[in-house]
Amino acid sequence: MFFYTIDSHKKFFKNNIHFVNKIYLLCNKVNKMKIRWAILLLIFMFIPSMYASNSADSTKASDAEKLSTEEIMDAVFEHILDAYEFHIITIGEKHISLPLPVILIDNGKLVMFSSAKFHHGHQPYLNYKIAEEGPKEGRIVKIDNAGNIIENASLIDISITKNVFSLFLSAIILCALLIPVGNKYKKNPDKAPKGFQALMDMIFDFIINGIAKDTLPANKYWKYVPYLLTLFLFILLNNIMGIIPFFPFGANVSGNIAVTMTLAVIALIVINFSGNKNYWRDIFANPNAPLWLYPILIPTEIIGMFTKPFALMVRLFANITAGHIIILSIVSVIFIIGSAAMAPVSIILDFFMYFIELLVAFLQAYIFTILTSLFIGLAMPQHHEN
Amino acid sequence: MISLSSIGAALVVIGCAYGIGTIGKHAMDGIARQPEASNKIQTAMIIACALIEGVSLFGVVVALIK
Repeated sequence: MFFYTIDSHKKFFKNNIHFVNKIYLLCNKVNKMKIRWAILLLIFMFIPSMYASNSADSTKASDAEKLSTEEIMDAVFEHILDAYEFHIITIGEKHISLPLPVILIDNGKLVMFSSAKFHHGHQPYLNYKIAEEGPKEGRIVKIDNAGNIIENASLIDISITKNVFSLFLSAIILCALLIPVGNKYKKNPDKAPKGFQALMDMIFDFIINGIAKDTLPANKYWKYVPYLLTLFLFILLNNIMGIIPFFPFGANVSGNIAVTMTLAVIALIVINFSGNKNYWRDIFANPNAPLWLYPILIPTEIIGMFTKPFALMVRLFANITAGHIIILSIVSVIFIIGSAAMAPVSIILDFFMYFIELLVAFLQAYIFTILTSLFIGLAMPQHHEN
Repeated sequence: MISLSSIGAALVVIGCAYGIGTIGKHAMDGIARQPEASNKIQTAMIIACALIEGVSLFGVVVALIK
């Protein structure tokens, strides 16, 4: 047996010597490219610190401004939380941002105006202002003529905020990318996929064969494939859009608990509506349990119905938000220490953090989808042994 | 700075790390013994990790909200 394996290896290398050689050359090429990239990256990383050390003798101005922990926490949360305007960049004292529409229902009356009227939250407009402190910090509140907040005003806020804008954008991107792909499948179902369709084909195959077929009963899985695909692609796209740091992206959509709660509620509805009679019997009258256990068993099962989607909600929210907080905190280390010499360390750490975030973006979309699919499958026990 | 809630969060993270570490160890053992079953083991491993992580995130969120 042993000799056989050795021999077969030798045979393989003998027959494919050309192939092996080619791979070796390719590896060499890749290595050279890698080294070039590494050198380039190192140069970029050390530019800020060189700049800092050169100017350190003459002036302190180039050094990063030192901020307190509270200021840094404010800055971090400003990036994570929702806002009435989409902040693009700040040059010196000038804030450049995209104002978004504010839509309020005040006592049944519709009020609409641009959020630019608030001047970045510094000024009140009409009878409204953005609260600067208190439990409603960062949200629009109604004020009276003296400028005091009216506590029990019936104000419903349905503004197009940063997150809503980003949701619209992701919906448009998803439709624009995937409807043509769907049409291609419809037009030539027997043709091998090409280009972008081939990339999506890989993902479709992954969801259909890797998730749906594994976890759902064989005769019913096709009904759930559209839902699972939408779920996976929506979460994946929003996660990736969340970690792209420049303008039309960068809103923390999948790290917003309202968004993940909506997804979880949809999952709750789908799971419970696809439950068959065995599922309901297991909850309310499990034939395998003795009668005296029912008072404990039934409440536990009913709580279990809700904890599954609740765990889905918290998992996605916490993972994405924690990732954003870590990336921003690593950047903030520069300002905690107050020196630009810290920049290379921050950049290197953030560089690797971004790779972990990319992994998490994919992993969380996968976990959300596979767990939803698993719970749907668990709601359909096929046969019951008594 | 260090409050009881951060100690709670740290304890939760220790428990979570132990749990996921154990799963990883046994999954590795399983894959080494039966490489052809690696796909199924990986899927089960990721699901189990996600469930543990879910519980620990409850802990962290509760500890941070107070």
